[in-house]
Amino acid sequence: MEALTWNSKIKKILIYVILAIMVVVMMIPFVWMVLTAVKTNQEAISVDPFYVFPHNGWHWENFTKVWENYNFLRLYGNTLLMILLRIICAVLTATMAGYAFGRLEFPGKKILFALVLIQMMIPAQIFIIPQYIMVSKLGWMNSALGLLFPGMVTAFGTYLLKTSYQSLPKELEEAAKIDGCNVFQTFLYVMMPLTRSGMISLGIFTALFAFKDLMWPMIVCTNSETTTLSAGLAKMQGQYGSDYPSMMAAAVLAVVPMVVIYIIFQKQFVEGIATSGGKL
Amino acid sequence: MKEQERIEKKSGISKSRKKEAMWGLLFVAPTMLGLFVLNFYPMVNTVYQSFCKTGDFGRGNIFVGLANYDAVIHDPTTWQALWNTVKYALIEVPFGVTISMILAVFLQQKIIGKSFFRTIFFLPMVCAPAAVAMVWKWLYNQQFGLLNHLFHSNTAWISNPNIAWISVGVIGVWSIIGYNMVLFIGGLQEIPKDYYEAAQLDGASGIKQFFHVTVPLLSPTTFFIVQTRIIGALTVFDLMFMVMDKTNLALYKTQSIVYLFYTQAFTNGNRGYGAATVTILVVFIMIITFILQKLEKRFVHYN
Repeated sequence: MEALTWNSKIKKILIYVILAIMVVVMMIPFVWMVLTAVKTNQEAISVDPFYVFPHNGWHWENFTKVWENYNFLRLYGNTLLMILLRIICAVLTATMAGYAFGRLEFPGKKILFALVLIQMMIPAQIFIIPQYIMVSKLGWMNSALGLLFPGMVTAFGTYLLKTSYQSLPKELEEAAKIDGCNVFQTFLYVMMPLTRSGMISLGIFTALFAFKDLMWPMIVCTNSETTTLSAGLAKMQGQYGSDYPSMMAAAVLAVVPMVVIYIIFQKQFVEGIATSGGKL
Repeated sequence: MKEQERIEKKSGISKSRKKEAMWGLLFVAPTMLGLFVLNFYPMVNTVYQSFCKTGDFGRGNIFVGLANYDAVIHDPTTWQALWNTVKYALIEVPFGVTISMILAVFLQQKIIGKSFFRTIFFLPMVCAPAAVAMVWKWLYNQQFGLLNHLFHSNTAWISNPNIAWISVGVIGVWSIIGYNMVLFIGGLQEIPKDYYEAAQLDGASGIKQFFHVTVPLLSPTTFFIVQTRIIGALTVFDLMFMVMDKTNLALYKTQSIVYLFYTQAFTNGNRGYGAATVTILVVFIMIITFILQKLEKRFVHYN
């Protein structure tokens, strides 16, 4: 017995040591990003002596400099608008379709749902050239509508919410029917409120995916006034790649909002991903 | 009287059925219309364009048959990029999956600070890859980067063609661990506790339990993650694009196939050529998916 507890103690210590090493590995890029962001360029590229911490003051003004030079307010605004539009469209259309596929009988249901599943299996890169041509024909280049375009509907979200609706008990519908609700009222007042967690998961997925996407905003936004954070960073790197503190300050600014949102809504993030798997 | 009642009831049912069908079609209409316009038509159109030459200023498609495919297949860049992508996947998928599985198992033990560890490991997942790649590029910097300082080395992490693909793969692993881990934790919670209790009674050690209980019972989750990650890795773009400049010496031996597609279709404006490249990629992914489906039946243990 004595040996066993001794053994398990060593094991536990080993686990903590490995976890601690992993924490260091995961955090180094973040820490180095912030430390570089508050140095002068001179300091950032000094090899001998090598400074881990800024030694002549923390230059927080790097952030204000980057904020003004690269018009971060616009980038934030554009990104936020794209994310909101995509969440609204995705949740709205997928809720309706998910309810129909999960709860209603209608002709062609099987074939239409098969199409939803097929779309989920096809890599999205094959859609991009014609999507770009359509956006440019519609005159939506460099606009929020252009950024929204590929995210107007979602096969994944439809699938996700279909499973949410399917898991609800049948009695609910029958009770609603007895109370005189028609199909639409049953959907709106009885069923939809019960799929809140599914809708939140979908909202988080949509937001994360839109926030992280790089290729589409680079294609539809040719000028830096209308683009998103990701594509904006790509542009900055191309132009000012060797001003390391500025680059790192820009990276911090691009990363911070989502990190804050994540830390506040951690539970929803982690649960949303654990339960729905997802397709990122 | 009774007969009439039955008929009325019947027509009532069919009326409500009709109504249900109407609402059903109405509700799926926006999504289906969207899928056709945004996905199915573009898919067909991309394949069509792969048989066309893009005219000047992107105007007009001239049908050229298999000319694009002929060019793409005889271009060594295509095969190099495909091979680069596979190499990237060979780093990201096995390491990303194994490390995250071990971490998930650790976080299932009775330890202090579970949610702290989980929060830290998941953090890269909420960061834009563009920003992540910028930071890593700075860490990898040959002259001033942190890594060469730490290791007292002078390695050209991202411009030496022989190691750049590994360096990019490491960023991929670092970025994905937290996401895989969260999925594994979800899978672990579904394994009934009795299995572990039984194993303990049989005197199985922790490591034995891991290989004889956890690994087989977790296999559906593992399979799901491996499958999604293979597809994700084969379509990698953001990291590559941000880390590998156009002027990087290692670009040829590192760029992924989607990067090549982006360059062809959008930087160079040769959409027919890009369409052929992306069609080949999609066919390649479809074949992989098919093989994985076959393997699933052999290796995945479902209760």
